[in-house]
Amino acid sequence: MKLIRILIARVGALFGREQVASEIHDELRHHVDLATEDNIRQGMAPADARAEALRRVGSLTKLQDQGYDVRGGGLVEATVRDARFALRLMWRQPGFTTVALVTIALGIGATATIFGVAHGVLLKPLPYPDAGQLAMVWMTNARINLREDWHSLPNIEDYRSANATFEGIAVYNDTSANLTGTGDAQRLTGARASANLFGVLGVAPAKGRVFTDEEDRPGQDAVVVISHGLWTRLFASDPGIVGRKVEFSGRTREVIGVMPAGFGFPRPTTDFWVPTAPGEQLRASRGSLWLMAIGRMKPGVTATRAQADLDPIATDIVARFPNQEGYGVYVVGYHDQLVARARPAIIALLGAVAFLLLIACVNVANLLLSRAAVREREIALRTAIGAGRGRLIRQLLTESAVLAAVGGALGIAVAWVGLRTLISVAPPELPRLADITLNWTVVGFSFAAAFVTGLIFGVMPALQISRAGIGNALKEGGRGSSAGVGRLVRRTLVVVQVALALVLLTGAGLMVQSFMRMQRVDLGFDGDRVLTMQVALSGQAYQQPAAAVDFFRRLAERVRALSGVDSASLISGLFLSTTPNSTNFNIEGRPVFTPAESVEVPVDSAAPGYFATMRVPVLRGREFTDGDTAESTPVVVINQTMANQFWPGEDPIGRRITYGQPDANTQWLTIVGVVGDTRRVGYEAPIRPETYLPLAQSPSRSMMLVVRATQDPRVIAGSVRQAVRSLDPNQPIFGVATIDDLVRDLTAERRLNTLLFALFAIVAAILAAAGIYGVIAYSVEQRTRELGVRLALGAMPREVFGLVVREGMSMAVIGVVGGVLAAMAATQVMRTLLYDTSTTDPWIFAVMTAGALVIALCACLIPARRAMRVDPLVALRAE
Amino acid sequence: MSPRTNSDQLHGTLDLLVLRTLRAGALHGYAITQRLKLLSADVLQVEEGSLYPALYRMEQKGWITSAWATTDLNRRARFYSLTKSGRAQVEAETGSWERLSGSINSVIAQTR
Repeated sequence: MKLIRILIARVGALFGREQVASEIHDELRHHVDLATEDNIRQGMAPADARAEALRRVGSLTKLQDQGYDVRGGGLVEATVRDARFALRLMWRQPGFTTVALVTIALGIGATATIFGVAHGVLLKPLPYPDAGQLAMVWMTNARINLREDWHSLPNIEDYRSANATFEGIAVYNDTSANLTGTGDAQRLTGARASANLFGVLGVAPAKGRVFTDEEDRPGQDAVVVISHGLWTRLFASDPGIVGRKVEFSGRTREVIGVMPAGFGFPRPTTDFWVPTAPGEQLRASRGSLWLMAIGRMKPGVTATRAQADLDPIATDIVARFPNQEGYGVYVVGYHDQLVARARPAIIALLGAVAFLLLIACVNVANLLLSRAAVREREIALRTAIGAGRGRLIRQLLTESAVLAAVGGALGIAVAWVGLRTLISVAPPELPRLADITLNWTVVGFSFAAAFVTGLIFGVMPALQISRAGIGNALKEGGRGSSAGVGRLVRRTLVVVQVALALVLLTGAGLMVQSFMRMQRVDLGFDGDRVLTMQVALSGQAYQQPAAAVDFFRRLAERVRALSGVDSASLISGLFLSTTPNSTNFNIEGRPVFTPAESVEVPVDSAAPGYFATMRVPVLRGREFTDGDTAESTPVVVINQTMANQFWPGEDPIGRRITYGQPDANTQWLTIVGVVGDTRRVGYEAPIRPETYLPLAQSPSRSMMLVVRATQDPRVIAGSVRQAVRSLDPNQPIFGVATIDDLVRDLTAERRLNTLLFALFAIVAAILAAAGIYGVIAYSVEQRTRELGVRLALGAMPREVFGLVVREGMSMAVIGVVGGVLAAMAATQVMRTLLYDTSTTDPWIFAVMTAGALVIALCACLIPARRAMRVDPLVALRAE
Repeated sequence: MSPRTNSDQLHGTLDLLVLRTLRAGALHGYAITQRLKLLSADVLQVEEGSLYPALYRMEQKGWITSAWATTDLNRRARFYSLTKSGRAQVEAETGSWERLSGSINSVIAQTR
């Protein structure tokens, strides 16, 4: 309490110096008045009385000063004075100030940017009440080695009724629909959900209501809840939206509610929610896997405990239904699920940027130290008039603090730019992209970082200079601070800088190589100049599957006839998600697979000519033709992996398979072709066995059109759209993208990480080079006399040159050695980020080390040349 | 007791006198000098140049606290009073002084 009182008094006194002075004045005047009166009473003349009283009191100003010092803001006022002096000094040395401020601003700006990302993605709580209790419940599928597979409805019902750790579990699935009747037909992303989804998440609708359990039945489910974004975009924020009827994929639904702005589950782009309304078959079948599940754990329950609670239920299910063998359960916190993939990259970037900040600090510290040499006289003077070492340190630290504060403020501006840029180039699937902002937490962090930075780069020069200052008081031409310990300190700092920069360079090099290796991976198809777009047919006209098949056949014909088109075809899906529609199968003539051996394969519908269009090689047999119709022999095409796995060393052409369990009425499919493997789940997932059916025999209403253009594919986009519209204007076209775009999206996150790393590494290298340059240049300047003597005594300029270069390179070499060791340790952290690249790849290490040495050499060249040109006469004279 | 420098000793003695004077109640600066003069039969005439700095110093240390008030002559003056830690300090200073003066007296008595 006493301390607080003193602090308040001092801060108060700081702002009221006048007031403190006048109070003391009043107090003393009172004293003088009384003394005067006493003197008069004792017989003095009034004038004498007063004079005597005043004399006794002594110097008023001295008392005021003393009183102020004791009672007032001695410490605070001195600090403010120091700060003003620091600002003036900065103003008077624009060169130094600019370099220092830019360095600090870049360092803090970069750090704050990455912290902003980390905060938005990893630290900020999700926008649901008590979001820590939300957990995803997945089905583990040992048969395809998948940890996060979908549930069947009866299974999830078992978990719901038998668990002890959840308040509620909701189920949902992604879906999409064509919205017609409000302008152009629109393709919307939405979700089918159980009635309790909104309850589990804890979000109430902004308008209207959400659906009830009664409405979650087929026939009763003609309702829809829409998102706030959809309401404003397509319904012009119609206040009468609740109760309005709209057409979703040919079906009339009533809008019963609007969710609040910012709510988007499971995706930020989810625009509508409809009841799952499962039919009889889905209610009973434990083999139809179509649901994802999210639950709210009871307060205090963790995911681990929930997992332990649900595991016995999974075991029980398998015990009761042996064909569920291989299925288990996996509980993971919702937040963890969202950020799991991004987390390692963000942490690695945080580490990298911390290194960068450290390097920046070292640079500024060196700048301060070299500037201090110039201020020797001023420091000596201060010491002479009584400044103790503590006082000096305080002054120098204040200067550092001012520098850091200004630099930090600039850093926030850099962070603002950085965050905006990052958000605009970031891949849209980056989790929680919308949560990344420059908010007060990030600003606060920037100031904290600036404070710590100021301490780091300020403390060493402060200690160094104050020590030298005391020892050097008023020594004429004293060069104390440049010799001995100061020099060693500065060199050590530069060595550290070089080491840190090398670590960053190595990390960046590894990432770049990893990325380039990934790019070169053969995807199995030729995506050059191929345009894709998706069409999902809805409405009465296409209820009959044959009608959909006919539409697509005519569409392919029309598109092939367009000018600029080389070939065109259709596929139900080009890139698979990790949980595609897949089913198990059996081979004719072989024993039925047991549940444990059973392998699930995706089934895609391909139109004739698909593989030719995509230039996927047909290795055996043929691909689909117009001859494969609904009436002809049922056929199937498999991929190379499947052929190798199930018919090793044999020709699978002519063999027959069927999906599901074979019985008397099974329809067997004849294998007519084996095609090359394609990477359809991104670069990193293993290739699985895959099957394709002809579109005519496996009709689908939702297909992707692939069009190979003779020139730039974007040129033909318009005419292809036109072709679709000419067949049926009510069917929306969406997802128009070239294959190049799609592939780039696959790697977007990696690309961003790599770019950032590379950027940091380059900046670090520049800073380290500047550090070396600074130290060597200063050293040359200090040694001008010595160099002049050498030259006068007959040394060749070339030798002097070599001397300076050796000085610089010796630091660089030590730094590089330390850097290599540090890098070998540090890059271990990055292992999960690298593709097909070892964390100690010798080639990268060698290249970066060589590069660092070359940069260091260049940094030494200019001062070395200057050393060479020293005129011995001038050098010897100037002293 | 740790050895005290000369100025410490001087400060300490003045502090002692002022603190003991304030034991009886709050006083303003002039009154303190008058009281000391009175109690010491005019021997101790504290220099105002020493008193006020001492008062400010002791206030900073938290031994006394000050406040503006009206005197019985209807004038505004700053009154000083003892705080709790001030009272403790008085005891400490008094004890220290008595030990010191006692030992000096003892030496004088034995070296007649």
